[in-house]
Amino acid sequence: MQALEPGIVFWILAVVILVSGFLVVTLRNMFHCALCLILCLFAVAGIYVLLEAEFLAAAQVLIYVGAVAILIVFTVMLTSDLASESLIQHNENGTIAFVVCALFAIGVPYLIKNTGVWMPAKGELISDNVGSIGKYLMTDFMLPFELVSVLLLAALIGAIVLARKERS
Amino acid sequence: MEFQLPEYNLRMMLPEIFLFLWALVVFLFDLLSKRRSESAVGYLTLLGLLICGGLLATTGYGRGFGNMFFSEPMALFFKIIFLGSAFMAVGSSFGIIKQKIVNHRGEYFGLILLSTVGMMFLASSQELLSLWIGLELTTIPLFILAAFFKDDKLSVEAGIKYFVFGAFSSALLLYGFSFLYGMSGTTEIVAMKMNLAALFIANGSLGVVPLVAMVMIIAGLGFKLSLPPFHQWAPDVYEGSPTPIAAFLSVGSKAAGLVAFAKIFVNGLWAFWGAEMAPNDWGYLTGILACAAMIYGNVVAIRQTNIKRMLAYSSIAQAGYIMIGMVAVNEWGLEAVAFYVFAYLFANMGAFAIVAIVEDKTGSCQIGTYRGLSQSSPGLAACMAVFLLSLAGIPPLAGFLAKYKVFAAAISLAGQSQDYTWLYWLAGVGLLTTVFALYYYVNIIKQMYFSAEESPYRIKPNAPAVAVVAIGLIGVVLFGIYAEPILQFVKDIPAAAGVIPR
Repeated sequence: MQALEPGIVFWILAVVILVSGFLVVTLRNMFHCALCLILCLFAVAGIYVLLEAEFLAAAQVLIYVGAVAILIVFTVMLTSDLASESLIQHNENGTIAFVVCALFAIGVPYLIKNTGVWMPAKGELISDNVGSIGKYLMTDFMLPFELVSVLLLAALIGAIVLARKERS
Repeated sequence: MEFQLPEYNLRMMLPEIFLFLWALVVFLFDLLSKRRSESAVGYLTLLGLLICGGLLATTGYGRGFGNMFFSEPMALFFKIIFLGSAFMAVGSSFGIIKQKIVNHRGEYFGLILLSTVGMMFLASSQELLSLWIGLELTTIPLFILAAFFKDDKLSVEAGIKYFVFGAFSSALLLYGFSFLYGMSGTTEIVAMKMNLAALFIANGSLGVVPLVAMVMIIAGLGFKLSLPPFHQWAPDVYEGSPTPIAAFLSVGSKAAGLVAFAKIFVNGLWAFWGAEMAPNDWGYLTGILACAAMIYGNVVAIRQTNIKRMLAYSSIAQAGYIMIGMVAVNEWGLEAVAFYVFAYLFANMGAFAIVAIVEDKTGSCQIGTYRGLSQSSPGLAACMAVFLLSLAGIPPLAGFLAKYKVFAAAISLAGQSQDYTWLYWLAGVGLLTTVFALYYYVNIIKQMYFSAEESPYRIKPNAPAVAVVAIGLIGVVLFGIYAEPILQFVKDIPAAAGVIPR
């Protein structure tokens, strides 16, 4: 694989992510915020495709765009006062949150770039990464994979218990 | 594509599989009995926990699923603690399932069982992914259980608070894990240790990434263990959630966090690369948190008027004492931690069981409710006094021996090694704060025994609650006087966990 050179697609995606991300936290209509969030998450999936991580991209679209964002849109639409009301998207913690986020945004890439002590990957890069993830889930990582289904069962039952309207 | 299936060895995880299936049985039993199961479903749950304990005793040591599942002394010991705390939590729930939970008894008990299954898998994992999923399986049912009184504002608040803090801390933990995975290319703890050591030898240093990962993991687990400054959720959640669930949170969930901590730090990544390779950073950091926990928990507990909030702050402080043993990484450290949690199980679950009994009768958790309790229900008051004295660490109860072992581990290590002289300070803070702790524990005893007015409540607890109190009482008294079998058992833990005596 050749060295990754950020091409034109990367820059387009980056601009889309940043602009839509910014709009999510500034727009005054909750519904518009949700739509911007979907756009932002979609563009992140595009970055994954660029990095040849197809599985991550698919998971990103399925889970974040398909499930989480749609859930947010539904919540906004089904909650009567939310869709129409104009939001105030800042509070007294804004400055401190900005400082923390800025430090994080600068700090983590700096850290990753300057450490340079990473375990080199063994062998060649796997071209069929969806297949090999599947293989690992069914062999070495079978136990965590099965445990997740127990976890989902617990979450499902819990959600029903909490959401159900009680007859007394 | 070639597949090589790992050796499953399902027999090793028979207790876990059984408990999971039993949880399904409990769900279905309540459903099929058309929600009229009353206390039968509770007895069914207790029976399942007992059988699971029996299976655990016959399982023995070994591994399953390749390197995913280990059954070793530390896992076994903590599984006993998890099952014990689940048993005592279920046993003290019979009051609330009669009065408050009418529609979802099966779910209530089943979710306790599922949470216990998560803890048991967590204790057996030697790999970060399954460890994390075990931890999630432990906490997600607890979010729901904390909010189980849907009509009660405090309970819903407790559920949401615990959910937000829990989700945030899990994310932090996972982020820390991802850095480690990125550096070492594996999620298995032992292989990760080897890879990092190899990287260190090749490069001369590891940079700051392990430090960042370490801080994130300590923060993430600090939330679970409610160590200050990550403790804010604990008092509100304990106050709002059903009392048996608060008890389960304070013992079961905390013990799960401790196992994860021991696996990652004490016998895991930052342990024993040699003095020049592994500066004991996590020890300093954890030591500071332990100090903060002991001072803050004990001082704030004095001012509480609600007994559940007081026990919450007391459990923050107890976590501090336990962490002293964790930081003392010699052959006595882990042993002391294990014994401490064991003693804490009986005393804390017992105290919470009595709080639950009193709450069922009076509907109140104020400390004032306990005024004059010794005249109206002398047995209950005497048991409560014993539990509180054990928590305070008064001989000859189990709590004293536990505190003694923790401090002894710290002081002996401080004497052995120049690098660890700061442990004298830690032990000193521990001893000093024990005095504060005595004040608020004895205050309740004073309310019960030295109050002029007689309590208007005549409390007749139900049979399972009496059994729980009896188990607690026997544990606290017996293992205070004759702890030899337990001490023999915990002796195997450090060696099996890979701790090399220094």
